[in-house]
Amino acid sequence: METLSSFWLIQKAEMLEIVRLSLAVSGSATILGSLVGVPLGAWMGMSDFTGKKLLLRLIYTLMALPPVLAGLVVYLLLSRSGPLGAWELLFTPPAMVAAQFLLVTPIVTGLSAAAIAAKERLIYDNARSLGANRRQAMWAVVRESRTGIISGVMTGFGRAFAEVGAVMLVGGNIRHQTRVLTTAIVMETRQGNFELAVALGVILLVLSFLVSSVVLLNADEFTAT
Amino acid sequence: MKLFEMTNVIKKYGSRTVLNVPQLQLGQDLIYAILGPNGAGKTTLLRLLNLLTAPDSGQLKFMGVDTAASEATRLAMSRQMCMVFQKPYMFRTSVYNNVAYGLKLRKTGAREIRKRVMEALDFVGMASFAARHAFKLSGGETQRVALARALALRPRVLLLDEPTANLDPASVQAIERIIRNSRDQYGTSVIMVTHNLFQAKRIADQTILLFDGQVVEQQATNVFFTAPKDERTRRFLDGTMVY
Repeated sequence: METLSSFWLIQKAEMLEIVRLSLAVSGSATILGSLVGVPLGAWMGMSDFTGKKLLLRLIYTLMALPPVLAGLVVYLLLSRSGPLGAWELLFTPPAMVAAQFLLVTPIVTGLSAAAIAAKERLIYDNARSLGANRRQAMWAVVRESRTGIISGVMTGFGRAFAEVGAVMLVGGNIRHQTRVLTTAIVMETRQGNFELAVALGVILLVLSFLVSSVVLLNADEFTAT
Repeated sequence: MKLFEMTNVIKKYGSRTVLNVPQLQLGQDLIYAILGPNGAGKTTLLRLLNLLTAPDSGQLKFMGVDTAASEATRLAMSRQMCMVFQKPYMFRTSVYNNVAYGLKLRKTGAREIRKRVMEALDFVGMASFAARHAFKLSGGETQRVALARALALRPRVLLLDEPTANLDPASVQAIERIIRNSRDQYGTSVIMVTHNLFQAKRIADQTILLFDGQVVEQQATNVFFTAPKDERTRRFLDGTMVY
């Protein structure tokens, strides 16, 4: 505990910096992933088209994408010799956001599609029968599936917030620049500071709990059933 | 003018013909009961009438107008009717908001919405449930709110898909009273699919038997039950029809 309290006293500012960056990177990746994933999932959940099953299988496969592989893809894109090398984004927070975006988007898409498809016909028909046009009925389906969609977004955030492989690869765990909670845990463990590593893990879990609590604060539908 | 007129209507799901109706006319201000075994095409018929689906061939007219029309015309037509499903979906909000949904879609004024919602809830005996979350209703209460949600729209025709299936006798009685009152007070025509022969006998003016996607018989209810013309109707009524 001595290690932990001395670390907290001496490096409080650095700790807050790590927490802030962790939340900013994973939060941005989740928001961007949701902006793509929710509409894509809604479209897949409500549409019937050739190749839909194949596309769903592909998305479900990507839901299990290893973070280190996502990191590798972004690394190859952003490395100096890569197609986007000129942007000079490797080992910066935007690169970390891009890598986590690749992890979050399939999760949000797949879970949104599943949530919407579950009751899509029932909700759509009820809304249409009550006088909704196509667009209004589709919106009713999305709105009524929000519990599943929010769960998908939260799962995506959890995935991003807890992963280490992608951010380590494209961020590099650079002090004051790209160090986040998970990469800090890896570093402290390697240095034998197990107490501190565990404490960082607890902070990560507490933050995850707080984020979930804020998101679900007014989501009465989680308790209404 | 007839409420609905079907001519040579065929509806298929894949290669299977689920409905084949050479001729069917449904009049205004009447309560119709549609009987038939499972898979006879009863729900498909309701969905066609509610314009939730379109015939593969043939003509369906609503109030003398062909329903094979533009999206806007079909929407205007469908807004004159409302279907209550066997298991109605209640939106994740209060009973009040559920009943107000269709009125908001029609851009009804706030004051009129409040009046119509409370009137409809009162009509089905659920006024005290207005603020309750719709997910916390029993089966019978859900069915009554679904009826209120439809009746608040003052539809010309109410389409009911087994409105009392799996309900207790008290709820069945309440819903039958609501159906009769909606016709008597608002002049709403009712087309109801039911498996309950006694219910058809109690409340329907006309009864129709569907079998294998075809209309076997359409009669005034008392004639249907006492002197059916078709042999299949007789066998259906005495429980010896094998299907």
